[in-house]
Amino acid sequence: MQRRKCIPHLVATDQQKMTDNKTINKLPLIIIAGTPGAGKTSVLVHTIRILKSANRRPALVKIDCLATDDDKRFAKLDLPVLVGLSRDMCPDHYSIYNLDEMKAFAQKNQADALIMETAGLCHRCAPYTENCLGVCVIDSTSGPNNPGKAGPFLSCADIVVVTKGDMISQAEREIFRERILEANPGCNIVDVNGLNGQGAAELAQQFQSFKAGSSVEDKLRHNAPFSVCTLCVGEKRIDKKYHRGLLRTMSGCEQYVGE
Amino acid sequence: MVKIECISIIGGIDKSGKPENITSLDIREGEIIGIVGPTGSGKSQLISDIEQLSQKDSSTRRQVLVNGKVPSPALRNDPRQKMVAQLSQNMNFLADMEVRDFLRLHARCRGKDQISTDEIIYKANQLTGEPIKPNDNLTILSGGQTRALMVADVAVISESPIVLIDEIENAGIKKHEALELLSGHNKLIMIVTHDPVMALSAKKRIIMKNGGMSTLLEATPEEKIVSEQLSGIDATILHLRELLRNGLYIEENDLNFIPESLLCKEENASLTL
Ligand SMILES: Nc1nc2c(ncn2[C@@H]2O[C@H](COP(=O)(O)OP(=O)(O)O)[C@@H](O)[C@H]2O)c(=O)[nH]1
Ligand SMILES: [Mg+2]
Ligand SMILES: [Zn+2]
Ligand SMILES: [Zn+2]
Repeated sequence: MQRRKCIPHLVATDQQKMTDNKTINKLPLIIIAGTPGAGKTSVLVHTIRILKSANRRPALVKIDCLATDDDKRFAKLDLPVLVGLSRDMCPDHYSIYNLDEMKAFAQKNQADALIMETAGLCHRCAPYTENCLGVCVIDSTSGPNNPGKAGPFLSCADIVVVTKGDMISQAEREIFRERILEANPGCNIVDVNGLNGQGAAELAQQFQSFKAGSSVEDKLRHNAPFSVCTLCVGEKRIDKKYHRGLLRTMSGCEQYVGE
Repeated sequence: MVKIECISIIGGIDKSGKPENITSLDIREGEIIGIVGPTGSGKSQLISDIEQLSQKDSSTRRQVLVNGKVPSPALRNDPRQKMVAQLSQNMNFLADMEVRDFLRLHARCRGKDQISTDEIIYKANQLTGEPIKPNDNLTILSGGQTRALMVADVAVISESPIVLIDEIENAGIKKHEALELLSGHNKLIMIVTHDPVMALSAKKRIIMKNGGMSTLLEATPEEKIVSEQLSGIDATILHLRELLRNGLYIEENDLNFIPESLLCKEENASLTL
């Protein structure tokens, strides 16, 4: 399969022999998910500035698919920054099985927390682990029906950050908030303006008081989506006769095609 | 919901790090306060300090007290208890819904199912020359209709006792009437504005300078008269706008148009002069 020739890897070069499991297990892990353009980086930059002024030193990891400029935006914060590109894989899957390397990176840089921004594209994944602080960033201009459609990255989050409230009416913001609570009744909603940072102090407060570590035994909150078919391994032809694996028809039937 | 009788702004520092001129300022329910000053003088930051009920934790180090006390964390953070509504030029309706359905949905969010949506639409239509119909889609409303509906919605459905208005002057709505509708519900209103009609509608105004609250001016009796006359001019401009919109020619005589609601007020005003 030519598509699988080079498995993309994080650019962390040092070997992890010196990895001290104990300190790694205590490292708080904060995972930020949300669709592209939702405002994740903007919110993070404001929040991390506040954390820095409180003498915190988190390490930042940005996972994206093809390319990202976010590392340049993070670099201005003068903190350790690592970028991972998932290329033809779901970035959420990629971020999960590369977690160890990210933790080692944070540890090597004497960070007191690991903050990871993912690209979260497929709407069926949720990158949060049970022991992380799961933060979903959602754009309030995406319309009041969006929270109901957003999937597990919203419904499994601990904190839901709502951005772009400056562009819509208060009425619409309130309806949006209700819809979020319908999808995730236990979550903590924080309104943050990604442009001027209004509300970021609240988020920084919650980051600071999050102390739990993510150990090697940590698990995912939500199962990753199922996809085992010929398309997954590089088939491009579209006719039905070329497809094998577990396939679902428009009528909802699931069937296994193949040997 | 906490009843707001008074909020106090304890002064912090200006952009040079010097203490603000105004060290403490109380604003009571039902009051309308203007915020004026050059661009970059800190008007929006002042609004933002109030919105967040800052506790010396913003760049200005201001502290905001509610009824003389430090507000509880719940009051600051719990979105359901948020006491502040904000109206600004940049806000739009983006939901793909009919006006009536939208208002009903919002009322339900607030636990106010019994509210009549027709009443809100009626109130909004008092503020705009182009009537909103209950079955109009939100996204086709004009800027004026949108602003008018937001004002009526905040006045009737939202319980937020504090309303912050950020430069809505060019929206094409009747500004005096909009403020009356809002303040009629005993809300505490703060208006950032460059517009004399709006600025003079307020009984007091805060002058901002270099990031700090510099002076508090009270409107003089003379300003009150000027304000009412300005309202007349404002109404004339809105009237002309309607005529133009409806494809009519403008005549010199149209400049003398003053709505009846303002006529008797003006006579009173000139009597006291
Ligand atoms: N008006 C407004 N724009 C915002 C807000 N937050 C982010 N943006 C803009 O939305 C765009 C995408 O933001 P970004 O942080 O890059 O999103 P990300 O892809 O989730 O990291 C940028 O142009 C931001 O300036 C907000 O609260 N209000
Ligand atoms: Mg980003
Ligand atoms: Zn996925
Ligand atoms: Zn597949």
